[in-house]
Amino acid sequence: MYFYTYDGSFEGLLTVVFEAYERKAWPTAIEPEQLAQPSMFGETVRVITDEGKANRVWLGLKKRLSVSALESLYYTYLWEQSGFERLIFDYTRLVFDSPESVEGNYTAPFILQVQQIQKQVHREKHRMEAFVRFQKTADGLYYASISPDFNVLPLIVRHFEKRYADQRWAIYDTSRRYGVYYDLRATSFVQLENPGVTPRQQSKLNADQYDENETHYQMLWQVYFDHVNIPERKNPKLHLRHIPKRYWKYLSEKQPRLQ
Amino acid sequence: MNDKVIGKLKILADAAKYDVSCSSSGGKRKNENKGLGNAEGMGICHSYTEDGRCVSLLKILLTNFCIYDCAYCVTRKSNDVQRTAFTVQEVVDLTINFYRRNYIEGLFLSSGIFKDADYTMERLVRVAKKLRQEEKFNGYIHLKTIPGASDELIKEAGLYADRLSVNIELPSEKSLQSLAPEKNYSEILLPMGSIKDQLVQAKEESRLFKATPKFAPAGQSTQLIVGATAESDRQILQLSDQLYKVYNLKRVYYSGYVPVSTDSRLSIITEPPIIRENRIYQADWLMRFYGFDVKEILDDANPNLDLDIDPKLGWALRNRYFFPVEINTADYEMILRVPGIGVKSAKKIISARRFAPLHFDHLRQMGVVLKRAKYFITCQTKSLQRQDFDSEQLRRRILFGEGSVRSALLTQQLDLFQRAG
Ligand code: SF4
Repeated sequence: MYFYTYDGSFEGLLTVVFEAYERKAWPTAIEPEQLAQPSMFGETVRVITDEGKANRVWLGLKKRLSVSALESLYYTYLWEQSGFERLIFDYTRLVFDSPESVEGNYTAPFILQVQQIQKQVHREKHRMEAFVRFQKTADGLYYASISPDFNVLPLIVRHFEKRYADQRWAIYDTSRRYGVYYDLRATSFVQLENPGVTPRQQSKLNADQYDENETHYQMLWQVYFDHVNIPERKNPKLHLRHIPKRYWKYLSEKQPRLQ
Repeated sequence: MNDKVIGKLKILADAAKYDVSCSSSGGKRKNENKGLGNAEGMGICHSYTEDGRCVSLLKILLTNFCIYDCAYCVTRKSNDVQRTAFTVQEVVDLTINFYRRNYIEGLFLSSGIFKDADYTMERLVRVAKKLRQEEKFNGYIHLKTIPGASDELIKEAGLYADRLSVNIELPSEKSLQSLAPEKNYSEILLPMGSIKDQLVQAKEESRLFKATPKFAPAGQSTQLIVGATAESDRQILQLSDQLYKVYNLKRVYYSGYVPVSTDSRLSIITEPPIIRENRIYQADWLMRFYGFDVKEILDDANPNLDLDIDPKLGWALRNRYFFPVEINTADYEMILRVPGIGVKSAKKIISARRFAPLHFDHLRQMGVVLKRAKYFITCQTKSLQRQDFDSEQLRRRILFGEGSVRSALLTQQLDLFQRAG
């Protein structure tokens, strides 16, 4: 039995694949170092992330898979639910060991599962693109905090870059404690210490940090939301299906009415 | 900042909400000037109203003053409501500030007719022009064309807008004459035709010269009101079919009439015909994405859609001789025609069966809903269900037979409505 540990990065996981093939020692389990329990049986292999090795695995996959299938593997990594390492490993192994393409073979359980995960993660990504609400601060930064079900922040950056090229903005993931910050030139990943985002901004902004017109526009948005509604067509079930309650915290239109 | 804008927004959002088109998709405008916004690809619903409709655009009227008196419209001259108007700058500010906060994909601007058609249209165009040129705004702009506006103005509108719409509203000339006496079909169809010509021309020119200015890259759409007048579903869908074919419309929207008016010229209804509206959307969907001809969906014997079952099931029950369909060998087009199987499931089936012969278990794992489909398919010649029910028995079984089928149908229909939104 072989227990692999790695540093939790995607490159680290690809290095695990490389090492397993090198040794012909197939993992019983793959776990991030800090979570791994020392095992009394079998051998623990501590894998050090190696970009060269990770790259070779990735290039190998690239030769055999479409962009969408590659994406689904990365999405599975961002999915972060228990067992994702194993799933990526099994998928990868099947790809390398099959003489023919395995893509779209939904009769194989973990190919189907990876495809379903891709769908789930994609949906969360899409929801974040829709439900992020920026608040403008006194120094002209457009700020939003999120805490998505999966680690989708890296996936939404491109969307916001394209859209908001002429304003400074930041989106902070409060549960994973990191964010992205765009300074009109480039986007960078930031931790709390970064000067672009102060610790106080990590969750919600206080009204005293707002730009002078911020409250006014939040109020106008609430007014708009209330007045596009057609009461004769009320349909709470459908409404909730589209915006499940756990997303309400992002939405200014779902907060108490401002005066 | 003043409260005046709040008061105006209340009135002018209220008056605009009965226009149901809110789509912001099909845009091709990229952010190439390091400006604000991007309208490529699929539009996003940033919120949903309590009636479950997508909120994607800031949808407002420029003014609700109107010189016309269309019976079905809240803004009609004879209606006793408070009137107001935004300034061009107010609309620009609202759009930009909502957009910067990620509330919206862009603006959908319509208007009552203030003074005359050109006077009003000119102001709509000015809003769009200002957004594009002064604010470097690349978000989505949908402008409604005002009936009777000049060709030049419509042409100019198309330079700044992603989509133009000309609302027909009433599905027949006769209804139009009785409810909107100032309007007539030829006057409505005229700008539609000229927008179509412009679209075709812009497309041809862009093939020759790369720098051809874009003309309404997301095309044109219209809206038909359902239930305010006596037209059958068949008349409505035949009209849509023509509009798609002859005028290349991107979308026809259907708006179940909300009784906003007690005008004596109208049929008396108390509730908006929501289910009927959904069925019409489903049928429209079948025509556009499932390869159905309008004649297959409705005919002389069936001028109206069955409200209890979706139109695809309706078609299948009338055409049992096409079934059962063998999942492992049937064409994609035929699998698409199986009740309960949508585009996504059909594609998955086609993909998976290349690897192994499919069983019902495979279908279930792939998420194919079998509740209705099982009566119409076989997997390797096996069926899950007796296939010898007659259509009437089948209809009853699906509607009432197995527990929750009825509510599943309802959910499904709402799904489709959403996709159509
Ligand atoms: S012209 Fe337009 S706004 Fe005026 S009454 Fe007719 S439908 Fe309403």
